[in-house]
Amino acid sequence: MKARKKVGLQSMVFSRPVAILSSAACVGPLEGAGPLQGSFDVVYPDLLIGAKSWEAAETTMIKEAVEIALGKGSLSTQSVDYLLAGDLLNQCIAANFAARDLGIPMLGLYGACSTMAESAGLGAVLIDGGFAQYTVAAASSHNATSERQYRYPTEYGGQRPPYSQHTVTAAGALLLSNGLHCQSPMPRITHFTVGKVCDLGIKDPFDMGSAMAPAAADTLLRHFADLALAADHYDLVVTGDLAYVGHAILKELLHQSNLDLGSRLNDCGLMIYDRHEQPVFAGGSGCGSSAAVLCGYLLDMLSSYTIKRLLLVGTGALLSPVTYQQGETIPCVAHAVAIEMCHDHLADEELR
Amino acid sequence: MIFLYAFLVGGAICAIGQLLIDLTPLTPAHVLTVLVVAGGVLSGLGMYGPLVEWSGAGASVPITSFGHQLVQGALQEKATAGLYGVMGGIFDLTSSGITAAIVFGFFCALIFDPKG
Amino acid sequence: MVGSKARKKQLQRKDYQQLSAQKRLKIPVWRNTLVAFVVGGLVSVLGQGLIFFYIWLGFKEEQAASPMVATLILIASILTGLGVWDYLGQFAGAGVGVPVTGFANSIVSSAIEFKREGYILGVGGRMFQLAGPVIVYGAVTAFVVGLIHALVQWL
Repeated sequence: MKARKKVGLQSMVFSRPVAILSSAACVGPLEGAGPLQGSFDVVYPDLLIGAKSWEAAETTMIKEAVEIALGKGSLSTQSVDYLLAGDLLNQCIAANFAARDLGIPMLGLYGACSTMAESAGLGAVLIDGGFAQYTVAAASSHNATSERQYRYPTEYGGQRPPYSQHTVTAAGALLLSNGLHCQSPMPRITHFTVGKVCDLGIKDPFDMGSAMAPAAADTLLRHFADLALAADHYDLVVTGDLAYVGHAILKELLHQSNLDLGSRLNDCGLMIYDRHEQPVFAGGSGCGSSAAVLCGYLLDMLSSYTIKRLLLVGTGALLSPVTYQQGETIPCVAHAVAIEMCHDHLADEELR
Repeated sequence: MIFLYAFLVGGAICAIGQLLIDLTPLTPAHVLTVLVVAGGVLSGLGMYGPLVEWSGAGASVPITSFGHQLVQGALQEKATAGLYGVMGGIFDLTSSGITAAIVFGFFCALIFDPKG
Repeated sequence: MVGSKARKKQLQRKDYQQLSAQKRLKIPVWRNTLVAFVVGGLVSVLGQGLIFFYIWLGFKEEQAASPMVATLILIASILTGLGVWDYLGQFAGAGVGVPVTGFANSIVSSAIEFKREGYILGVGGRMFQLAGPVIVYGAVTAFVVGLIHALVQWL
């Protein structure tokens, strides 16, 4: 029996676009000083935030992002049905320890840097499937926690190549709802395309952009094909953290497949930092990249009607320090979430 | 003059390390391992000692000298204590350096926190 | 069928690696090598100066290298602890990484970083995470060279 809400090969359409009631973005000092300053709810003064470790600081960040999003949506933690969250750390400790403190039933997720898109998509699925009235989707990353886990101690004097990226210190949270009580226009998730894990043989853990671009291209092309969309359907298509190198490669890959998005294509890792003024090499990376940019700036753009249709393509590199040391290549995944500024059409019909 | 030779030799060894890091997939840890082994091999061939004589710190500051001292320690102990000396003497000449690194590392861990 | 699929995948990977190499921001090899040469040379000059200083303090010429190395290790340790060394390393690369200062930094940065995992398992257990290979392969090389020397002498 055909799945009613499946479109094409890898995409889902929501029978009732899932409302994003509120959002919150909490970032570190470098992000707070970047081009998107002013769009964040909290800018922390340093990386430790008075916690006893970097990991505890990241837990604080993601917890506060959820709390602020709930506050803006006038909801308590008890009213939230499920929390879907993840981060870059082994065993997703930041998200899981935050969930412990929040007390919301928790679905931990790991999509590496694509976790924000993954959690938003799945949070919408739970709501549109009638399994939940309110879900919270959240993701975080922290420069120091990911450096010490994936690469080197933070005070190590190793030299990073110019194509490497700077892991974003940020957390973002979305409060999703079936919006039955709210018919006015708001950003709503309309579609979710789940990506396949792609691997074109990149091994260098400093070259994340090159590793992730094929997955981004694969999911993007799949999304446009599944939904039979024209290239100008979205006002903005934003990848999570391809940064300078990955973004350039993606443009070429899309061009080779005759999908030309032109200036509609951008990348959160390029938006969150000023590459020329800040010491970030090729740009930002990490769950926090797409989380902070989506949960602040991009949703603001939607709410203010600067753009009407947005496609977020979260991109994640699925390596671990173990696979790297064992000489493996880097498989990657990308998930696409379509968000549109619209009102609840079905509610109109129900009222009639 | 020895300052000039120190500059040239020390700089050259570092330049070789930099080229290895930039042009090959080797990480810094790999490159340092290669240099240590190279220093040890050159020492065994009797070539590193004269380099130290000629350029002083230029040869004794880079990590290659660590390989040289490990080999020389082994050879010196072998001369006095026979074959077993190869094992017993390896760390003789380098023990102050390794001890310094361990002890200073420990005290720095006591005093300092990582800044990120 | 399976073979041609595998070959197609290999070609696709090869083409992609070429595209990736094309778009990747290039490492400034000339600049890095030059800076490594100059900075590495200066660190060695500093070392030489320290040797003369210790000779003046009363050490014999052959013995002065030891305190010199310990001094460089101390300097690198303190600068690592102060949070300055990572900037130096980014600037000079092998210029500060290849001298014994790099060895010291790898040990001290690990000790400081993993302090939060406790003094025994964190500081003690993970101190040699990055410097371990140097010691292991240095010792193995010395052992092998020593054996070869013994063998050559015996023959």
